[in-house]
Amino acid sequence: MYDTTRTETAVSQQDIKISASNVQVFYGDKQAIKDVNVGILDKTVTAFIGPSGCGKSTFLRCINRMNDTIDSARIQGEIRLDGQDIYDRRVDPVQLRARVGMVFQKPNPFPKSIYDNVAYGPRIHGLARNKADLDGIVEAALRGAALWNEVKDRLAEPGTGLSGGQQQRLCIARAVATSPEVLLMDEPCSALDPIATSQVEELIDQLRERYSVVIVTHSMQQAARVSQKTAFFHLGNLVEYGDTDDIFTRPQDSRTEAYISGRIG
Amino acid sequence: MTDLPNQRSKPAPTWSSDEFKGRLARRHRKEAGLKFLGLAAIMLAFLMLGILLWTLISGGAQAFRQTHVTLDVPVSAEMVDAADPAGGNYRGVIAEAMQATFPEAPQERMRALSGIVSNAAQFVLRDRIVEDPSLIGQTIQIRVPVSDVYDQLKKGNVDELSDESTRRLSDADIAAFRQLEAEGRITLPFNWALFTQADSRFPELAGLKGAIIGSAYALLVCFLISFPLGIGAAIYLEEFAPKTRFSDIIEVNINNLAAVPSVVFGLLGLAVFLNWFGMQRSAPFVGGLVLALMTLPTIIIATRAALKAVPPSIREAALGVGASKQQVVFGHVLPLAMPGILTGTIIGLAQALGETAPLLLIGMNAFVTSAPSTPFDASTALPTQIFIWADSPERGFVARTSAAILVLLGFLVLMNALAIYLRSKFERRW
Ligand SMILES: Nc1ncnc2c1ncn2[C@@H]1O[C@H](COP(=O)(O)OP(=O)(O)OP(=O)(O)O)[C@@H](O)[C@H]1O
Ligand SMILES: [Mg+2]
Repeated sequence: MYDTTRTETAVSQQDIKISASNVQVFYGDKQAIKDVNVGILDKTVTAFIGPSGCGKSTFLRCINRMNDTIDSARIQGEIRLDGQDIYDRRVDPVQLRARVGMVFQKPNPFPKSIYDNVAYGPRIHGLARNKADLDGIVEAALRGAALWNEVKDRLAEPGTGLSGGQQQRLCIARAVATSPEVLLMDEPCSALDPIATSQVEELIDQLRERYSVVIVTHSMQQAARVSQKTAFFHLGNLVEYGDTDDIFTRPQDSRTEAYISGRIG
Repeated sequence: MTDLPNQRSKPAPTWSSDEFKGRLARRHRKEAGLKFLGLAAIMLAFLMLGILLWTLISGGAQAFRQTHVTLDVPVSAEMVDAADPAGGNYRGVIAEAMQATFPEAPQERMRALSGIVSNAAQFVLRDRIVEDPSLIGQTIQIRVPVSDVYDQLKKGNVDELSDESTRRLSDADIAAFRQLEAEGRITLPFNWALFTQADSRFPELAGLKGAIIGSAYALLVCFLISFPLGIGAAIYLEEFAPKTRFSDIIEVNINNLAAVPSVVFGLLGLAVFLNWFGMQRSAPFVGGLVLALMTLPTIIIATRAALKAVPPSIREAALGVGASKQQVVFGHVLPLAMPGILTGTIIGLAQALGETAPLLLIGMNAFVTSAPSTPFDASTALPTQIFIWADSPERGFVARTSAAILVLLGFLVLMNALAIYLRSKFERRW
């Protein structure tokens, strides 16, 4: 009820990449997302903030249908990507996930070499015509994830042998390598030091020129730094959605105000 | 809040209080007790294993050597016709050789003296002559096994001081054998026949070749059927099948099948493969089919457990970059589950190797004196051969039974070593 007016003013300026209407998610009998309506813009970074357990990851995973893999999860409502309902029978989730990439909350590199980790997506989608092409894609992705300098001499070593923060950047590189239209990032910087964090933030800023990026973060400063739009979730509700500047300077809802000033969460 | 004054009067329990120390000591005592119990259980298991191995080795060691006698055999042209060397009277030739060895022995002793050499001697001799007929008319030297009673005498299993009427060898028999020994004709070499010969009525000739090949064929058939089928079924059930009431029923039934006594699978094999399809009795192929039925649930359960143990984050990672379900399963999950699958499979096969009851029901305890050349020939298997020998009264078979068990255990150890090797080879970190 708070977001409608703001969303509509935003829509008039830019096209909506993803629109969710009346989305509800249940895990068994437990409702994790309650009636969320939101329009996520193209070529924009949108931040999802909110206290732990409020449903940020759950909603994010609906956007590329990752929740299909959880048996107990059930989703109602509608999510449209470029106007197409992604839960439509005719939509192939495999193709959807090639268009909507994801970086998970916990780093999960494959037990393969660093090179193969990044090359996996381009390989299965046939994005490279030859080895040199693939090498180029891998290097660009690793550079983008601010990992290239650390691993360029040991691309054949297992990705699982990297540190936690390096693994997370490897996962970012893996997601970026397939050039998705939308990139969903679930707390991508939670295991990173300040330098790597600022490099990833730089990457997000670059990605914005071509893609729509959704980032879940617990850092208010990060949300303020990288995003243009911010959505505040609380107990499964989307409480407030609007321009990041407005959310942080003039929150409309008392819960948002309490959260960003550190009183809940 | 209410007991705040109370707390002040009594010192708060801290890590240095006697109460805390007492509790800590109790905890350590409990732990020590648990450790002791575990250690005792392991020691008991080792003791039992030690006793088992000791009885087998002490009982079976003798069977790995076989007493042989070296004879000078005059191959006369009267006994063996050069035109038909295979049809010669080799029994007579051996008798003549014994006559020559004991020139002063009376005629009525000759029959008993010929009994020193094994029945196999005439066949050994025949094979030599058929191979080289020019030997007819010459005296040749052959080394042949002695018959079981003399083998036992050589190995010290005959009490020479006991009353003559209670033993199978008379004093004269023993004296004749001692004379051969004094002439240096008796040797005790490694018993190669144990591995190069098939079963026989005579212990000194009986070997495990038929049983080993029969077991190998049965195990091969069992592996070729149960491995692909088991993995396929497990992948389908674990990764693709919708979780419905029907799949629950299947799951419960597979777990039940794994607990069904093996003799029941034997009955099934008898009814279906032999009586209905009319397959060859005693054939390793049928044995393999029955063992495959038995091994299948084990492999399915082990494979499902291995697939379940793959961290879900790996599946999510692959799905997240747009891999299809099939690519996730075959490209990521299966390779990670491989060590567990292989271990489970080899344990299942090791179980199948030692399984006796179902093979008895399909007739793999037949008396077969030649090794099978295809999986469709009648044959025994190692466990059924042990079963047959254990049932035979001759002294020589008692030791051979233990020896056969040792051979079976040897194969089991080999298979487990293979499981460990494959496990470490395929194991990867994630
Ligand atoms: N697989 C699941 N099965 C059952 N309940 C789940 C599952 N995943 C999440 N939930 C529940 O759904 C709610 C929202 O979880 P979610 O992971 O979306 O929170 P979050 O906002 O991402 O929290 P955090 O910031 O801690 O990551 C929580 O109450 C959680 O317990
Ligand atoms: Mg989360």
